[in-house]
Amino acid sequence: MSEEIKVTIDGKEFTGSAGQSVLDVALKNGIEIPNLCHDPRLRPTGSCRLCLVEVEGQQQPVTSCTLEIQAGMVVRTETDQISAIRQTVLELLFYEHRGSCTTCDENGKCRLQSYAYEYQLGDESLSQSLYTEPAPNYTTGNLALEYDPGKCIRCGRCVRICDEVQMAHALTFKNRAAETEVTTAFDLPLNESTCVLCGQCISTCPTGALYDRSAQGQGQAKDLVKTRTTCVYCGVGCQIDLNVNPKKNRIVRVTSEVGCIPNDGNLCVKGRFGMDFVGHPERLTTPLIRRNGKLEQATWDEAIGLIAEKLTKIRSESGPDSIAGLSSAKCTNEDNYVFQKFIRAGIGTNNVDHCARLCHASTVAGLARAFGSGAMTNSIDEFKNAKCIFVIGSNTPEAHPVIALGIREAVVKNDAELIVADPREIELVRYAKLHLQQQPGTDVALINAMMNVIIEEDLHDKDFIEKRTENFAETVEAVKEMTPEKAEKITTVPANAIREAARTYAKADSASIIFSMGITQHTTGTDNVLSLANLAMLTGNVGKESAGVNPLRGQNNVQGACDLGALPNVYPGYQSVEDAEIHAKFEKAWDAKLSAKTGLTVVEIFHAIEDGSVRALYVMGENPALSDPNLNRTRKALEKVEFLIAQDVFLSESAQYADVVLPAFSFAEKEGTFTNTERRIQRVRKAVNPPGEARDDWRIVCDIAAAVGTPMQYENASQIMDEIASVSPLYGGIAFDRIESVGLQWPCLDKDHPGTKYLHKGEFKRGKGKFHPVRFREPAESPDKNFPFILSTGRQLYQYHTGTLSRKSPAIHQKSPTGYVEIHFKDAKEYGIEDGDSIEVSTTRGKVTTKASVGTLVARGWLFMPFHFAEGPANMLTNDALDPIAKIPEFKVCAAKIRQL
Amino acid sequence: MNTAAAKFAAPADIEAFSQAVRGKIRADSKVVRVCIGTGCAAKGSRKIYELFRQAAEQSMDDVKIEAKCVGCHGFCERGPIVVVEPGEILYQRVEEPDVAEIFRETVLGGRVIERLLYEDSATGTRASKAEEIPFYAVQKRIVLENNGRIDPARITDYIAQGGYSALAKVLSSMTPEDVIAEVEASGLRGRGGGGFPTARKWRSCREAKGKPKYVVCNGDEGDPGAFMDRSIMEGNPHSVIEGMLIGAYAIGSEQGYIYVRNEYPLAVEHLGTAISQAREMGLLGKNILGGTLSFDIEINRGGGAFVCGESTALMASLEGRAGVPRAKYIHTVESGLRNKPTNLNNVETWANIPAIINRGGRWFADIGTKNSKGTKVFSLVGNVRNTGLVEVPMGITLRRIIDEIGGGVRDGKRFKAVQTGGPSGGCIPAEHLDTRVDFDELTKLGSMMGSGGMIVMDEDTCMVRVAKYFTEFLQKESCGKCTPCREGLAQMLHILGRITDGEGQVGDIVRLEELADLLEGTALCALGKTAANPVLSTIRYFRDEYDAHIRDRHCPAKECRGLFRYEIDEEACKACGICLKACPVDAITGEKKVPHVIDQDKCTLCGTCWEKCPFTAVMKV
Repeated sequence: MSEEIKVTIDGKEFTGSAGQSVLDVALKNGIEIPNLCHDPRLRPTGSCRLCLVEVEGQQQPVTSCTLEIQAGMVVRTETDQISAIRQTVLELLFYEHRGSCTTCDENGKCRLQSYAYEYQLGDESLSQSLYTEPAPNYTTGNLALEYDPGKCIRCGRCVRICDEVQMAHALTFKNRAAETEVTTAFDLPLNESTCVLCGQCISTCPTGALYDRSAQGQGQAKDLVKTRTTCVYCGVGCQIDLNVNPKKNRIVRVTSEVGCIPNDGNLCVKGRFGMDFVGHPERLTTPLIRRNGKLEQATWDEAIGLIAEKLTKIRSESGPDSIAGLSSAKCTNEDNYVFQKFIRAGIGTNNVDHCARLCHASTVAGLARAFGSGAMTNSIDEFKNAKCIFVIGSNTPEAHPVIALGIREAVVKNDAELIVADPREIELVRYAKLHLQQQPGTDVALINAMMNVIIEEDLHDKDFIEKRTENFAETVEAVKEMTPEKAEKITTVPANAIREAARTYAKADSASIIFSMGITQHTTGTDNVLSLANLAMLTGNVGKESAGVNPLRGQNNVQGACDLGALPNVYPGYQSVEDAEIHAKFEKAWDAKLSAKTGLTVVEIFHAIEDGSVRALYVMGENPALSDPNLNRTRKALEKVEFLIAQDVFLSESAQYADVVLPAFSFAEKEGTFTNTERRIQRVRKAVNPPGEARDDWRIVCDIAAAVGTPMQYENASQIMDEIASVSPLYGGIAFDRIESVGLQWPCLDKDHPGTKYLHKGEFKRGKGKFHPVRFREPAESPDKNFPFILSTGRQLYQYHTGTLSRKSPAIHQKSPTGYVEIHFKDAKEYGIEDGDSIEVSTTRGKVTTKASVGTLVARGWLFMPFHFAEGPANMLTNDALDPIAKIPEFKVCAAKIRQL
Repeated sequence: MNTAAAKFAAPADIEAFSQAVRGKIRADSKVVRVCIGTGCAAKGSRKIYELFRQAAEQSMDDVKIEAKCVGCHGFCERGPIVVVEPGEILYQRVEEPDVAEIFRETVLGGRVIERLLYEDSATGTRASKAEEIPFYAVQKRIVLENNGRIDPARITDYIAQGGYSALAKVLSSMTPEDVIAEVEASGLRGRGGGGFPTARKWRSCREAKGKPKYVVCNGDEGDPGAFMDRSIMEGNPHSVIEGMLIGAYAIGSEQGYIYVRNEYPLAVEHLGTAISQAREMGLLGKNILGGTLSFDIEINRGGGAFVCGESTALMASLEGRAGVPRAKYIHTVESGLRNKPTNLNNVETWANIPAIINRGGRWFADIGTKNSKGTKVFSLVGNVRNTGLVEVPMGITLRRIIDEIGGGVRDGKRFKAVQTGGPSGGCIPAEHLDTRVDFDELTKLGSMMGSGGMIVMDEDTCMVRVAKYFTEFLQKESCGKCTPCREGLAQMLHILGRITDGEGQVGDIVRLEELADLLEGTALCALGKTAANPVLSTIRYFRDEYDAHIRDRHCPAKECRGLFRYEIDEEACKACGICLKACPVDAITGEKKVPHVIDQDKCTLCGTCWEKCPFTAVMKV
């Protein structure tokens, strides 16, 4: 803790710490010093001059935001002089601010408005604006947001948040003096600038000068009801406030509170502008049943009845293992728990899996083997204080935008050293000391070479290895052969860069590894993860703050879906189905006969459909017809399966194959919890009423369970969580009343447990950390004469997963209308391809037509495609070859060719 | 010692080189010094130099004749200035046709051409040397001493005049602490306007934690009409460089920056030449004069924003960001450029350093007043007879500057006010002309020293318009960051515009004072804090003019259109009919031998009659 300092503000003594401003201390203690240019996320600038205070011993008033507290300081925040100043400053602001409160969206939230009231500005002051009809500006025509210079008070918060927090550097001021206006460089339209549509500018604007375009006229701030919930997009788990106009049952806009955990009020484009799907007219409103080849409206009774009949029949004919279920990383913990319980206890099979299989199955497998737990070891908030961050195979700014803020902050503000290993020149490279552009599929060679250097140069943490790990000697043997020079031949990364990276990582006081699907989606995925675990243990970077091995989970609740046992081999809390003791425990808890055999994984389920051993498939909130590899094969299976149930919010590509479609609640309509990537269990709350006859996912599952004769009874989501706590020690202390305001991080063993910030402190979950000797293996498919390119697939910032949700937003669609393939400009030239041309990309499995995006993001000989777009589905091309341990398919490497159309 | 392409390896080399250069100058050699400062250059002095150079080349005379470009002499009113050595004969207002005559008569013949000498308008006496001209006689030149003597593009000239001897002294015999102590003894205060004690700033920066440390020279002279720094940079760039070198040694810096207005191309050129010559001779770079000091300088050109003269805005601009000041809750000596300790001084401050080191702090401290030591350069402009650049000891009265150096107000008009301190300075009326010029006295009068602008105004100047002029300048140059400056100035300008348009309202003065108070008390940077000075000082000393505008709708100085009228003086009118014919709206009637009359209802106040009347019979009333 930094030094405590006592100051007197308005006659009362308060304690603050060195470096805090008078304003910080005052606001923290409930003394409301008026301010307009202050945002705790930003460096103080002292430009609005409203927070002036009198300080004993100083002749002139001082801005409290820029004034650091000093011992014995005596401050008065409201004197006659100060009030007069504030009144004049406010009057001046109304020369530039049009007082159109009656028609302004911000009415009720606008700070200027409330100060105008507080300081009782006269009517004359409020109507003196020199407002003229605005000329077109950088937001004209943009569907996400709009800037009204007539309401702008030039506080600069939008410009500063864009620079200091988002670091997109899209906004700037132009002109001087009273002509000052916010704009982009060269007045470019917003979507052509470096803007990433995070909308942070809107969030910090103290007036209504920047606002959501789609919120305009849909309800004033004073009439909106805020519901705190957890964002439904990625695994960061940002806390968002859905601002609903109750008269219209509509989410008008999304805000987030500064100071909230884990996102401190920051959001990305999807969280801010991607909620249009909730009230979208294409939402499913009634059950559908396929009759004569067509999906037709049906009643719930008809749908449930049909499902019960079919499932009962198939189970009696072919046994419980002929039925499989795909649970959902988009649904709540409670939904997942009930779903897997139904499959296990209601049907009697362990054939339950979900899309974690396609993203982090290898992480769970690898880290569980090495450390005893498959989750992110540390917390999001710790990145900003790490001394070194090694990002490998994670395009954090696009896939986990709010976590990327912490990485940039670490580098820019706290002088951390960043190493980026990625085949693409991702945005983070700009902040990196080193960019290791390894050939896709060669990660083990790269990491082993780094370990080779660390051991060779005696930079490893011998004490840690000795006391906390085992199996080190074998690993030394395995990395010995992988010299940087040898690795250079395999990875194309220069040997010296590998050396430099190894030294940087090993010498840092705290080094944090961040990885994601660039590591996991390989036939060597588990090996990749194991070698990262080796690297971290080699340098003693596990079990300490701002270090660790940190897989960033993709979906909003993929962590929770795994935690709650939507996996074929484990019950909730990673308890093995094949462990007799555990098996017995669950049979007792669930009062059912359970299968002791590990079930099928996602891709295995589809293969089993092909060979006829799986006849019925129940899909809750997943879209395998777009998300799974080798789509032609997957879609054939969806067509073939005898009985397909799809439970969803939209008629997704997969639901179109279904025999029965069940309309479900979206996250904005339900109560429950999500678990984010840092193991934090956070509340999901109902903000709007559901459309039509849609039902809560877990209730639908319970309805089906009752119909097949194995009833499950719950009053509400909270009750389900209580049951989870009773069977899963990781969640042992979780209950809704404990996570009302801030979520808890598992392991949380009992009601008094405070949750766990970082794992493996003092001791690994499995006792000793285990080194695994891992040797480089080639990917399943390599380029050849016919298919000369290496194709990788992945995500982009603006869309999410299969686009079911994100592509419903006009603002997002405007920025990211369709798919593309990235190609190096020299390769493009060779093929006569220009940027924007239509080209065909094909592999042995299929072909798609898409647009060429020509540039330098990928190196020569490599291609990259985002997989979100149904009109050019990248997964037509991907390889469904599996990692032998984790059964994750190799999305990141396949051999492809291109052809100009 | 060889005087060509030397590279100095030790402090003693400087003196040896200087002697060698001087030794080469033959006693009978002749030099024609042509001022190519901006004022003289604008009047064609470059061509005059060229003609002298050709004449010198073609001369068959056995004596070495040299034509030399030199920097500003200060007496810009009388440019182009040409000085002939020996004899230091100063010719003024030289034109191209005069060159041949000067060369023949004076250079070769040693005869003085009377017609080109300065003539005192009062006494009619002619002066052949600078020191005989009152404009120069009252001045005390330290900073400008070598301006007009040396060729700014030749480092040897500077060294021959004793240049870099201060650096040699510092590096051979003084510790950094000694240097700071010497500067402290001199009492030197910053010449950029703030008047902060230079030694204290240096010491703070020296003691600040963090590396590297930077020294910066502020050459962003933005005041309208001011050209003190410009003339130093153009005319004697090495004095600035030498000052910075000494500062760098004292502070512990290895990198310096000179931030110059891009509107000063000659300054940029001469500084650039000087820096590369200094590098070539080993005066910038690694291990200067064989010692431990390593230092180099880069030039950065400003983009034309007045506010970039403010230190934090300047540093932001140096970093490549928009030139916007920041709140100085952390001093720049601790965290300035790139968040490193940075010592910024103005051009004139740096240029004073070599003299202080050479002659000692006590010598410097003997000049000036108790709290303001040394000299100050002013650009004396406006309605004064001798405009130009003047350097005077601190403590001299305004009256002496205006009357003795400036030759008094032009055209026999009465003096009304002198505006000092640049656009955010104040206007000082006649009753305070005996005020001694120093930092504190000017501040007491509601004005300031500023960087040294001095604008003399005569009786025909409307003080409300003056306030409006400066307010408009500052309003346009406000960066727009803080509310009081951005909107407060805009409002003040709005009100001043109303007053000079004859639409002033009761209460306007109070509102102006309120806004002025707000600016003074709450603006973020010095630009804003002082921006109300023109308004406040004119209200303070010329309130009756404001009242006349607002209450009587009358402009006493008859400058504000609409607030006075034209009338024809019956006595003076010769009924010549010129005004009658010239009036574009036929507002003037009259016949031969009958004094003409202006129909006030028709008159549009265009002023044509006033301009055309050969008998000054048309009056503003």
